[in-house]
Amino acid sequence: MFDFSIITQWFHSLLTGVLPEWVTIGIECVIVLLFIILLYAILAIALIYMERKICALFQCRIGPNRVGKWGLLQVFADVFKMLTKEIIKMRQSDRMLHDMAPFFVLAASFLTFACLPWNKGLEILDFNVGAFFFIAVSGIGVIGILLAGWASHSKYPMIGAMRSGAQLISYELSIGMTMLTMIMLCGTMQISDIVQQQADYGWNIVRGHIPALLAFIIYLIAGNAECNRGPFDLPEAESELTAGYHTEFSGMHFGFFYLAEYLNLFICAGMASTIFLGGWAPLYIPALEGFNNVMAMIPGFVWFFGKTFFVVFLLMWIRWTYPRLRIDQLLSLEWKYLMPISMFNIILMALVVCFGLTL
Amino acid sequence: MAQTIVFLILAAIILGCAFMAVTTRRIMRAATYLIFVLFGTAGLYFLMGYTFLGSVQVMVYAGGVVVLYIFALMLTGRHDNKENASLSLGRKFAALISSLCGAGLLMFVIITHQFAENSLTAPSEQTTTVKLLGQQLVSSDKFGYLLPFEAVSILLLACIIGGLIIARKR
Repeated sequence: MFDFSIITQWFHSLLTGVLPEWVTIGIECVIVLLFIILLYAILAIALIYMERKICALFQCRIGPNRVGKWGLLQVFADVFKMLTKEIIKMRQSDRMLHDMAPFFVLAASFLTFACLPWNKGLEILDFNVGAFFFIAVSGIGVIGILLAGWASHSKYPMIGAMRSGAQLISYELSIGMTMLTMIMLCGTMQISDIVQQQADYGWNIVRGHIPALLAFIIYLIAGNAECNRGPFDLPEAESELTAGYHTEFSGMHFGFFYLAEYLNLFICAGMASTIFLGGWAPLYIPALEGFNNVMAMIPGFVWFFGKTFFVVFLLMWIRWTYPRLRIDQLLSLEWKYLMPISMFNIILMALVVCFGLTL
Repeated sequence: MAQTIVFLILAAIILGCAFMAVTTRRIMRAATYLIFVLFGTAGLYFLMGYTFLGSVQVMVYAGGVVVLYIFALMLTGRHDNKENASLSLGRKFAALISSLCGAGLLMFVIITHQFAENSLTAPSEQTTTVKLLGQQLVSSDKFGYLLPFEAVSILLLACIIGGLIIARKR
């Protein structure tokens, strides 16, 4: 597997040769930031197009097909429309908090986005508590949603924000516990180490067999809820709450919430592929040497994107198949079913790891 | 050099937001400024290489405590809280005295303790790993934290039972 850190190291030494170190670090930070923002925008456009096509597939429609070939330019047209829309200022709202709220959601999304391992040696944020950091910064989004609801000074956003806050805080527990289960299997919280182990010893979902599979399913359910999507999108249940916490947002401020929702879907799927499906690690089947060699030729980021988009497809499948839950059903699903199951699952995983029953 | 620049930026953010948090008249804005102060503190921990402590700071304070504040304010507070009465003279005097005492105490500790010199120079991620922290947390040796850990768990259990009793249906 090609190690990208050779290129980044070469670039770093090239810059430090002519510039002082702090200038080098500054330049590198700017480059990484541009890379993140560019990737973020491209992925958002790809995901919106994918969502429309997959939604159409499950509803036996064709989906967007007028603008551009196969409707490929439809999303670009929508983005330009959104950019030209007016940002409406309301008299009764708390303007400062109202303008700030989308950026909290975006900041949480960017920070978690930066934790994903794109390739071997191509991690942006990678330190010894990477997985814990990921869970911690994903909690910042709740603040943005609550502030959005409060600053709008209106009933629907308020109720929507309360629901959404309760939902996010509840389902964060399941996400944390399933990630803890997999961390117990790996014995490390550093994301690059987690993936490297899976490249060496096989994907976690195979190594951890029963508890890992259980954790994967719980993670998918909780992740869908954490992104405010799927059967759990009742914070923005349009029939009762118009649009939930972002009712009073217009123009690009609404667009930021929309963007963050799609990218959170991608991040959720990316973390699933990192901790369960091996991140950039290629498919490896023992005793099939020729096949393994061919698989190892495919670059790591192709594997990562392939696995991630596979999980995104699973999540979209769930979203367009099941009807929406009621708020009490939603909370009882988490507190009465998912959380006890994931606690039991942690104990099961501890036993499996203790007695060396991993594959 | 890079560390000094980042430290100065973080310090400016922390001080500015702390000042805004106590001078603003709207309670929800004060909570928002408090979030930035806490993020700035987390940034200082990351700057010093204590990634675990920084993550805990973000998780516990920004993700837990401030969200709790905001929830409580949303459920109880009103939007138009502009009727903050100005303080009486005695209260102003008491506030001045107590803040001067606090500032004096802090300055005394900072000047006499000399801990600022080499705390920023050496990143210490290697010295305090999560593995070490976890082993210290449940060890009963001389510097182990088993007893406080158990005490906290009993306290939390008491909190859970108390919450259940308050919230139960009669």
